Amino acid sequence: MIRLYDHELSGNCYKVRLLLSLLGEQYERVPVDLHPIRENRTAWFLALNPHGQVPVLDDSGFVLCESNAILVYLASRPGVPDQWYPRNDVQALGRTARWLEFATRLSGIISAARNHDLMQEQADIGALRSKARSLLRVLDEHLWFTEQAGRGWLAGEAPGVADVACFPWVMLSGEGGIDRLPWPAIARWTDRVKRLPGFVPMSGVFPASPGL
Amino acid sequence: MSIPNPGRIEPVLWDDWHPVAELAALRHGRRLDTGLLGRPLTVTLRADGAIDACSGPHALPHLDTRYGFVWACLGAPVRDIVKFAAADEPDRIPVTGGSMAVAASGLRAVENFLDLGHLGYVHQGYLGEEPHTDIKPYTVGPREGGGIRATGCRVYQPRPSPADTSGYEVDYIYEVHRPYIVVLYKANPVDRTRMDLIALLLQPVSEESCVAHSFMSYPPHDVNEKSVRGFQQLIFGQDRPILENQLPKRLPLDAKAEISVRADSSSAHYRRWLSQLGVRFGAIPQAPA
Ligand SMILES: N[C@@H](CCC(=O)N[C@@H](CS)C(=O)NCC(=O)O)C(=O)O
Ligand SMILES: [Fe+2]
Repeated sequence: MIRLYDHELSGNCYKVRLLLSLLGEQYERVPVDLHPIRENRTAWFLALNPHGQVPVLDDSGFVLCESNAILVYLASRPGVPDQWYPRNDVQALGRTARWLEFATRLSGIISAARNHDLMQEQADIGALRSKARSLLRVLDEHLWFTEQAGRGWLAGEAPGVADVACFPWVMLSGEGGIDRLPWPAIARWTDRVKRLPGFVPMSGVFPASPGL
Repeated sequence: MSIPNPGRIEPVLWDDWHPVAELAALRHGRRLDTGLLGRPLTVTLRADGAIDACSGPHALPHLDTRYGFVWACLGAPVRDIVKFAAADEPDRIPVTGGSMAVAASGLRAVENFLDLGHLGYVHQGYLGEEPHTDIKPYTVGPREGGGIRATGCRVYQPRPSPADTSGYEVDYIYEVHRPYIVVLYKANPVDRTRMDLIALLLQPVSEESCVAHSFMSYPPHDVNEKSVRGFQQLIFGQDRPILENQLPKRLPLDAKAEISVRADSSSAHYRRWLSQLGVRFGAIPQAPA
C-alpha cells in the first residue's frame, strides 16, 4: 500500500502524484497542513522526515523523502516499464540524472519566487526571476535540439522521471511572475506531457485544451 | 494620530476595517511585511502576545482581531469590523483558510467569487461539471444593512465540499457586505437545513494586488479542519491564475467597458453598487456621462 504525505499546492508533491497517476498506481493521500498551520514542523512529521518537508512516501513501511528520490524509487520497481527510469541505457540514464538535478535548481528558484508572490515572503524577486529565465532558456534550447533529433523528451526516447520532475516547476513558473511565452519548445513539451495517458493536473495547472 | 492619506483614498475604504494578517500564520512568522490601500504595513506579533502594526514611521492606532485575522483601519473607523450573524451560532466551527496574495484588484476577486458561471469550468470536477454549466436564473437585490444579496442560486456540483463524494444540486446565497468583503452560504452536506458559511475577505494591498483571506464557519458535522483548508486552497489555487490573467487588473465599473459573457446579474449589481458608493481604489470608475 502506497501512502503519500502530501500538500495540494506543493510542486514537489505534484511530481510524485503525477508519476503515480501516469503509472496507474492507486495510493492514499495524507494531507499535511503546511499553510498556515505548519504541521510539517510538528513532532510526528519530523519523525517521518527530519527535514520537515513534503513529499514523503510510505510504501508498506518503506519511508522515503525527497521528491526526486521518490520518483527514482517508484519508477525502478519491478514491473514498471523501463522508460520511466532508463537503467539499461547509460546515456539516457546520465541525462536523467542531469535533468533531475536541473529540476532541483529550478524548483529552488521558482518556489522562492512563488512564495514571494503567493505568501508575501521577502526575496530579491528580480534576481530570482532572472535566474529562472536563464534556466528556462537552457531547457528550451535543450528541448529544441531534442526535437530536431526526432525525440520529444528530456532524457530518452520516451517520457521518463526527468520530464515528470521538471514539468511541475515549469508550469508553476507563472505563479512566480515568470512568463513562459518566449519559449516555444517548452510550450510544445508541456503540451506533450499534458496529453500523456494518466496525466493529472494540480490546482493552478490546467489540463490541455481538447482537440488541439 | 491617524495615517496620512496623500492619495485621498475614499473614506468608504480609508475609514473601514480590512483584514491584514492571518493569526495562525503570524504565530509562525511573527512579522509580516504587507500593505494596505497603497501604504506599506508591517504587522508584528510580540512575545507577550500583543500585536503591533506600523506603516512607515506611523503606528496604527486602530487594530483588532476577529475570525482568526488581524484587522486594521488606517483612518477613523466609522463602523465595526464586518460581522456574519451565522458565525455566532454557538455550535459552529470556525476555520481560516490560509491567505494567498493575488496580482489583481481585490474587487476582481469579489466579482469572480460571485460568478456562478465559472464554477463548471475553473472548478470542473469539484464545484461544477459539463454539461451542467448553464446558470439558472436567480434573484439579486440590495442587502439589508448595505451591499447586495443574491438568492435562489442552484448549481449541480460533482463534489460540493470535502465531505462529499457524490454530486447534487446545491443551493447558494451570496452576500456582498463591504466593497472587499463577500460571503456565500451553501447547504451543509450532512444537515441540509443549515448552511456552511464561506467568506472571502480581500485585503486591498494596492489597486492591482490583494491578499485573499478566507474564513469558513461550519455546523459541527464531520468537519475536518485540515481537509476543509486543503479544499479551500485547492479551489482558490484554481481561481488565482484566472484572476491574474484578467485585464485590466482593476475592475471596470462601466458595465459596457467589458463586453463579457461573465457579466452576469450579480456582477452587474456589484459594479453598480460600487459606483454608487464612490469606490475608486482597485476600480476603473465609470466615465462621466
Ligand atoms: N528537496 C525536497 C524539497 C521539498 C520541499 O521543498 N517541500 C516543500 C513543499 S514544495 C515543503 O514541504 N515546505 C515546507 C517547509 O520547507 O517548511 C524535495 O524535492 O522533496
Ligand atoms: Fe472560483
